[in-house]
Amino acid sequence: MPCPGGGACRRREIWNSCKRSKPMPDAENTQETLLEVNNIEVIYNHVILVLKGVSLSVPKGGITALLGGNGAGKTTTLKAISNLLHSERGEVTKGSIIYRGESVQDRDPAELVRKGVIQVMEGRHCFQHLTVEENLMTGAYTRRDGRAAVERDLEMVYDYFPRLKERRKSQAGYTSGGEQQMCAIGRALMSRPETILLDEPSMGLAPQLVEQIFGIVKSVNENEGVSFLLAEQNTNVALRFAHYGYILESGRVVMDGPAAELRENPDVKEFYLGMSDEGRKSFRDVRSYRRRKRWLA
Amino acid sequence: MLNDIFVAPFVDMFAAPDFLMQVLWEGLVSGILYALIALGFVLIYRSSRIFNFAQGIMVVFAALTLVGLHAMGVPAWICILLTLGVMFVLAVVIERVVLRPLVGQPDIILFMATIGITLFLIGLGEIIFGGENKVMITEELGIPTGSVLLEPFGGLLILEQKDITAVIVAALLVVGLLIFLNKTRMGRAIRALGDDHQAALSVGISLQTIWVLVWFIAGIIALVTGIAWGARAGVSFALEVIAYKALPVLMLGGLESITGAIIGGLMIGMLEKLFEIYWGQPLLGGNTETWFAFVLALIVLLFRPQGLFGERIIERV
Ligand SMILES: Nc1ncnc2c1ncn2[C@@H]1O[C@H](COP(=O)(O)OP(=O)(O)O)[C@@H](O)[C@H]1O
Ligand SMILES: [Mg+2]
Repeated sequence: MPCPGGGACRRREIWNSCKRSKPMPDAENTQETLLEVNNIEVIYNHVILVLKGVSLSVPKGGITALLGGNGAGKTTTLKAISNLLHSERGEVTKGSIIYRGESVQDRDPAELVRKGVIQVMEGRHCFQHLTVEENLMTGAYTRRDGRAAVERDLEMVYDYFPRLKERRKSQAGYTSGGEQQMCAIGRALMSRPETILLDEPSMGLAPQLVEQIFGIVKSVNENEGVSFLLAEQNTNVALRFAHYGYILESGRVVMDGPAAELRENPDVKEFYLGMSDEGRKSFRDVRSYRRRKRWLA
Repeated sequence: MLNDIFVAPFVDMFAAPDFLMQVLWEGLVSGILYALIALGFVLIYRSSRIFNFAQGIMVVFAALTLVGLHAMGVPAWICILLTLGVMFVLAVVIERVVLRPLVGQPDIILFMATIGITLFLIGLGEIIFGGENKVMITEELGIPTGSVLLEPFGGLLILEQKDITAVIVAALLVVGLLIFLNKTRMGRAIRALGDDHQAALSVGISLQTIWVLVWFIAGIIALVTGIAWGARAGVSFALEVIAYKALPVLMLGGLESITGAIIGGLMIGMLEKLFEIYWGQPLLGGNTETWFAFVLALIVLLFRPQGLFGERIIERV
């Protein structure tokens, strides 16, 4: 396999060499790569270096998870891709972002939406004073394929999220957190996307609701063929639904692999899934993990 | 004294209900124009957090352009279209030259920039059209100038036809704007941008397009108010003050509320007239209209800092 991700790929080989037990999922092998992020660096306010060389690739039809703790740089990575960094005074200073073979850096976010890449932002960001249905309709803002097609997609969104249909006339600001998350995802779907950059959908939601929303994401992925790049702190849930995962720490990818393998990885288990073969984790383990991590990076 | 304040005015109102209606009508005419201008402020504020100091001079500039074009021999209706074109070009230029380079700067800088726009338009207007007073081309535009006499309660109510026209046109414009904002794709985008910039960007709404659009709408509003007010008071740089009447409307209605702008405008228009006639003239020697609205707004703000109709800030995660 060619090595699009540069550094990330080398690390992947290291991990795979000791871990690979079964072939990668279909999404990896047979399908084309949609999005390639090569070794990007992001600086905020001209001085704060937040991403220190992140590489990843998103295959068509897959759910790719971007994992890591708070402040690891997940949101920054997604915004770098969707070109929403500018309004945050952030800038990609190195590396490249390629979508379908074409560089998409420094484009208008609108252009990316028209190309089929749309972000669902962390914290949902529904338009509070617009009704749920109006929120969904704003997702179709860039479309030019006519009213009928948009109406059809509205029905499709309501099929995936029946709850939104019940709440269609309510102001989004008065709906619950789960409903707002559904509204934000539905809004993105209304743009007829090929790839959705989904940032922390589980944030602040009850486990049952998280489960439900991830279930819907999976069925959208399978039925509509929409690819997802999913940023999550909730490693456990994300790895159950994703095909492939990258683990980000302090602005670097420290590990990546097929989701099934990451789930079985002892370090991931210990540090991200909160379980350990040896029971309680000790400081010595932490140190050795840190050492190994530095070596990998 | 107490009698003069609390009893006599109301006795007068009941004694001559036709005159009361006359006063309310006059108030309504100015009120709907205040509402219209306040709406222009609100749209610009919501979509760019800019308090548009230049709204007043845009009224003057639009009226001057209209009258100036007509003086050059252009037929009146073509003048309207051309003036709309000029207001559109103005919106594009402002977006390009002023807003785009300043995006992300603190609000106060953008506010200063609109003061700059004001001074620039004053200069430009004087150079092109001269500083002397002009007459609005009311008849040429086909606006009727007679009066309608009604006789409610056996009294007499005089409605000037140009006022009726102004009210109808302004009301149509307000209703049209509301339909535009609520039922169309671009209107939804304007409201969405007002709610959440980042989210609007994320769905592909372009700031630049929306900014040109709201400044153009402000330009259309400026033209309509310029015609209506110019037909009553002539076209001069003094016309600018009508836009400052929108300030107390905004204090009352809230900077972000579309409903607030409309109701606030009508309320201020009517209340200031009522106050002038029934309290101001008998007790204070008149001329209260210049300050009444501001005092009213200040009193309201003491009790409701977000204004009477400020859109409730929805707090929920
Ligand atoms: N607008 C900003 N300006 C400066 N620093 C920022 C900004 N946004 C995020 N950061 C910093 O970048 C780092 C990564 O943040 P983020 O990408 O939001 O991480 P995550 O989404 O993984 O929690 C954090 O240390 C955060 O403080
Ligand atoms: Mg984040």
